[in-house]
Amino acid sequence: MHDLVAITALGGSEPRVDTTGTVTCSEVPGVALASVAARLGREKKAAKALAKLIGTPAPAIGRFEGAPVAAFWTGPDQWMVEAPFDSHEDLAEQAKAALGDTASVSEQTDAWVRFDLSGADVLAVLELLCPLDARKMEEGDAAGTPIHHLGCFVLCRAPEAFSIYGPRSSAGSLNHAILAAMTSAL
Amino acid sequence: MIIDHPLLGPRDSSEFVYLGDASLIDRPDWQAENAAEAFYDYAYLRDNPAGEHRELWFHESGDRSWLVVTRNTMTHEISKVELARDVARAQGRSK
Repeated sequence: MHDLVAITALGGSEPRVDTTGTVTCSEVPGVALASVAARLGREKKAAKALAKLIGTPAPAIGRFEGAPVAAFWTGPDQWMVEAPFDSHEDLAEQAKAALGDTASVSEQTDAWVRFDLSGADVLAVLELLCPLDARKMEEGDAAGTPIHHLGCFVLCRAPEAFSIYGPRSSAGSLNHAILAAMTSAL
Repeated sequence: MIIDHPLLGPRDSSEFVYLGDASLIDRPDWQAENAAEAFYDYAYLRDNPAGEHRELWFHESGDRSWLVVTRNTMTHEISKVELARDVARAQGRSK
């Protein structure tokens, strides 16, 4: 067996954390992801099977639900499933087993980078970053939006705590965009 | 410009990509007798109305759904926004 050292999306051995003013941006590794797209004509069955997987009804439009396995709405009859990597490394397989032929499941764990933004002035940062009306987002809301031309997802975990998922191959650019917005806004 | 997405509500047009005339939904039958002529029309011939125009928009940076947007090309006023799949299904397709 190779004895390889794990690195984060930004290339460090520890997740990067930056604080400007009241807002902290932390890189969050350790998340397993899988995308779920219901197949034509099987939409209702897929939503039911997804509900079983996350232990709560499938999230409605623009929402996320469930713990520790959660799902957020990414499009009509499509969701992204997220769970802690340590306990759910094989999340895509678990999702495929739960959903069977009602949906197509793709492993997404290493396709995305997650940054968590929190702090009193987090809305000012999000306003600079994306065209979303983040001030209207409530706990449990999830939305897709462009951030510096990168297709990202923004999840509202709590009133002053948001998660941003962006393409992992552009992790450095996304991190730079967030830090620049923090510097400008705060 | 703001597009009132049928599922997500008002969203900035910078999240969308414009494709063109909504008649692109109506792809001709390639096995029909007049397929060559029908595809010529489909691929090359477009109305260019000064006024109401039905067009396809893709919510690329959002939920990646296709929309049929009815827009006035003179004023940019958007009078109707529908999911393209609903439009296609209303025509009896993609059930």
